[in-house]
Amino acid sequence: MKRRHFLTLSATGLGTVLVYSLDNKTFSAVAQGQPVRIPLRFLTRTEALVVAAAASRIVPSNDSGPGAHEAGVAVYIDRQLAGPYGRDRYRYTQEPFEDGVAELGYQGKATPRQIYREGLKSLGNFLHLDAAGQDLALTRIQTSFFFAMLRQHTIEGMFCDPIHGGNKNLAGWKLIGFPGPRFSNLDDVDKHFGESFRPKVTTLREMAGHTLHPSEEER
Amino acid sequence: MKTLPAVDVVIVGGGWAGLLMAKELGVRTALSVVVLERGGATKTADYADDMDEVDYAIRLHMMQDASKETATLRHNHSERALPLRQFACFQPGTGVGGTGEHWAGVSPRALPDCFEILSSTTKKYGKARLPEDHSMQDWGVTYDEMEPYYAGAEAMMGISGKAGNLRGQRMEGGNIFEGWRSAEYPTPPTKIPYYPHLFREATRSLGYHPHPIPSATISQAYTNPDGVSRPGCTYCGYCERFGCMIGAKAQPSNTLLPVIERHKNVSIRTGAEVRRIVHEKTGQLGQAKGVQYRNAAGEEFFQPAALVFLSSWTLNNTRLLLLSGAGDAYDPATGKGTIGKNLTHQVTFAAAMAFFKQPLNRFMGSGAAGIRVSDLDGDLLDHSTLPFLRGGFFSAESLTSRPIGNFGIVPPSVKATWGAEWKKASVDYYDRTAKIGFSGEHLAYRGNCMDLDPTYRDHCGDPLLRLTLDWHDNERQMAKFMSAKALEMARAMGATEVSPAGELRNYDTRIYQSTHLQGGTIMGASPEQSVVNPFLQHWQFSNLFVLGGSTFPQNPAVNCTLTILALTLRSADAVVNRYLKNPGALA
Ligand SMILES: Cc1cc2nc3c(=O)[nH]c(=O)nc-3n(C[C@H](O)[C@H](O)[C@H](O)COP(=O)(O)OP(=O)(O)OC[C@H]3O[C@@H](n4cnc5c(N)ncnc54)[C@H](O)[C@@H]3O)c2cc1C
Ligand code: SF4
Repeated sequence: MKRRHFLTLSATGLGTVLVYSLDNKTFSAVAQGQPVRIPLRFLTRTEALVVAAAASRIVPSNDSGPGAHEAGVAVYIDRQLAGPYGRDRYRYTQEPFEDGVAELGYQGKATPRQIYREGLKSLGNFLHLDAAGQDLALTRIQTSFFFAMLRQHTIEGMFCDPIHGGNKNLAGWKLIGFPGPRFSNLDDVDKHFGESFRPKVTTLREMAGHTLHPSEEER
Repeated sequence: MKTLPAVDVVIVGGGWAGLLMAKELGVRTALSVVVLERGGATKTADYADDMDEVDYAIRLHMMQDASKETATLRHNHSERALPLRQFACFQPGTGVGGTGEHWAGVSPRALPDCFEILSSTTKKYGKARLPEDHSMQDWGVTYDEMEPYYAGAEAMMGISGKAGNLRGQRMEGGNIFEGWRSAEYPTPPTKIPYYPHLFREATRSLGYHPHPIPSATISQAYTNPDGVSRPGCTYCGYCERFGCMIGAKAQPSNTLLPVIERHKNVSIRTGAEVRRIVHEKTGQLGQAKGVQYRNAAGEEFFQPAALVFLSSWTLNNTRLLLLSGAGDAYDPATGKGTIGKNLTHQVTFAAAMAFFKQPLNRFMGSGAAGIRVSDLDGDLLDHSTLPFLRGGFFSAESLTSRPIGNFGIVPPSVKATWGAEWKKASVDYYDRTAKIGFSGEHLAYRGNCMDLDPTYRDHCGDPLLRLTLDWHDNERQMAKFMSAKALEMARAMGATEVSPAGELRNYDTRIYQSTHLQGGTIMGASPEQSVVNPFLQHWQFSNLFVLGGSTFPQNPAVNCTLTILALTLRSADAVVNRYLKNPGALA
């Protein structure tokens, strides 16, 4: 039987910070925090923690606002990998796989799942490094295809609609002042010139008023 | 293979061109018409909650499934072509409505001299000025002949815009360089968001003639000549790569389908993937007998028909003719043959990025609301002393302003591409960055062409189409010149930092350029030089017509769809008024 892996998150009362625990016990250093256990769909717990840590170096949480950590980027990535995208359901995967000039795009055989699995190994004992050490480890692989993918997915997980598991508590959209989907900007599109117009942030779920099925959830 | 009851007309592909022909024949004749569409039915109700960047703009939910069928590409004839394993540089659609369901709606007319590019360029600059390896051609149709059909296509979609040349009279505020038009646009220009507004002010101060982009995302409610009504756009910003939730963007599903559904003589069969045009040939001439297709369950059918229209977009129009041996394949070595010839792709790139101190509120807008500068298009510049021929236009648009696609674009002073410094700049500049786009004409060259790939196959086992495509010196020089102009415009807008376009090197399949890929079954005045005549009728098979950008001999700078629709209307007129009365060659 497949072992169930969980990523334990705890949403704390202190500015909705989510904290990833490093052991099986819920991280309980922050009081009142309601721990949330999120079942992982593809990554192992350790892999998820490495993804989370690496994403947090790409978009760190700091005085310029929340980052990959608060947005739950690791959850987004886990779901994408578990879904059709992760196994290349929509990519042309007929043989032969050959190398070509860079402009012809990724020509490898490995699926996103395999690329992550291998790529995470190349990061070694990432979780035991301090921030500077983690940055160095990422710098070493920053020209790799895995890194390009991780960076892209980190951005996706930061700014996706929350139905995909990322952009938790709308951390990403609030960070950049993006209001989410809106039926109408008719009265505002040619106004507010030169000043920021930041309507209340809404999600697709709120706008549609019913449950939605993102593509990673195959039915 | 099962043979089905014969019909009068079979149309291969239910996108913009195919459904427009189906509608015309449905309304104007009593012929039995069957549209075979490989994808599924379109449920416009789905568009009510499609505003999801991940599924639609990144995972390309509405696009062709590359795992089943793609194309291969190489830069030149000595390279080995490899498959486009994921669509990026262009993004064909599937399902009823085709790519027309998720397009942006930018709908300008081509400049009059585009249709006579070879003769007008030769006349003005002499033969010696043409690139040595060009294969440019006139279209065999003139702008004057196209004008009523342009007007018809605009009326069908309710295009919003401002005339710049009304029956020869110059109209300030419109595109004063456009060809004459018989009537004003059906609806007034769209609202102009802040960033295009800045662009308009700045380019005007530089002496250009900015004008609102002609737009199928319409500015107000409109009822077209077929009696189909649509509401005005609400500038939701989830436009290109998405279907419009209210039907304000003209899509086949909200302009043509409602009419088709009223006509019992037209039916649409979905999940029907056409694999061959079945034909009989004696000598050089022949007749199409119908088409062979496969349904979703994998069963093969022969659908006999008296008249066949191919409208499966540029790549499959070309591939199906090659697979079926319906005409002579082009050989770039000898220049003989015509199918696969003159592959072109609009030269589109970010000519300059502009970084501002003030926020731009870019989340508001539509696929086509914006401002364009056409002063350097076509042959408006004197090219005598310039290192390139022809030109293009600049635009400031509101499209693609969604967060995933735009986070991380930072001014050149920021060197980091990840980490704290980059994140801070990315957050700061997220809503203070915009691009000046440039789209230029792509000339046709002998070596840029298509044939069947010797190695890679589709899910049915048929060879994929192989594209041999690269930029040449003309495009590279044009890009360099135009980028410099765009930088001046960006500075005039008050940008605090600007970043130039990189050099145009080799054709890059990793970056979205546009879905304006043309050629392969080109039109023209002679059967030696082209596949179809100026009415889009196959020179060798008088009951086979090819609709779409595959018939463009080369790529005008403008977005192609309005011209595709105008050519389709012209072909429909010729079929209804002449061919049906007297079947045979129309030219
Ligand atoms: C993101 C995006 C933005 C765009 N924006 C603009 C714009 O602003 N302005 C503009 O002018 N153009 C734009 N375009 C391009 C525009 O969508 C196309 O030019 C237009 O849809 C072409 O019409 P068509 O009928 O030739 O092809 P399509 O609309 O693609 O229709 C072809 C149909 O044929 C079907 N088909 C293919 N092969 C087969 C087969 N073997 N058997 C059966 N059916 C088949 C396909 O499924 C499809 O439904 C855009 C495209 C994209 C992707
Ligand atoms: S921007 Fe306008 S036309 Fe485009 S999808 Fe939104 S409402 Fe429709």
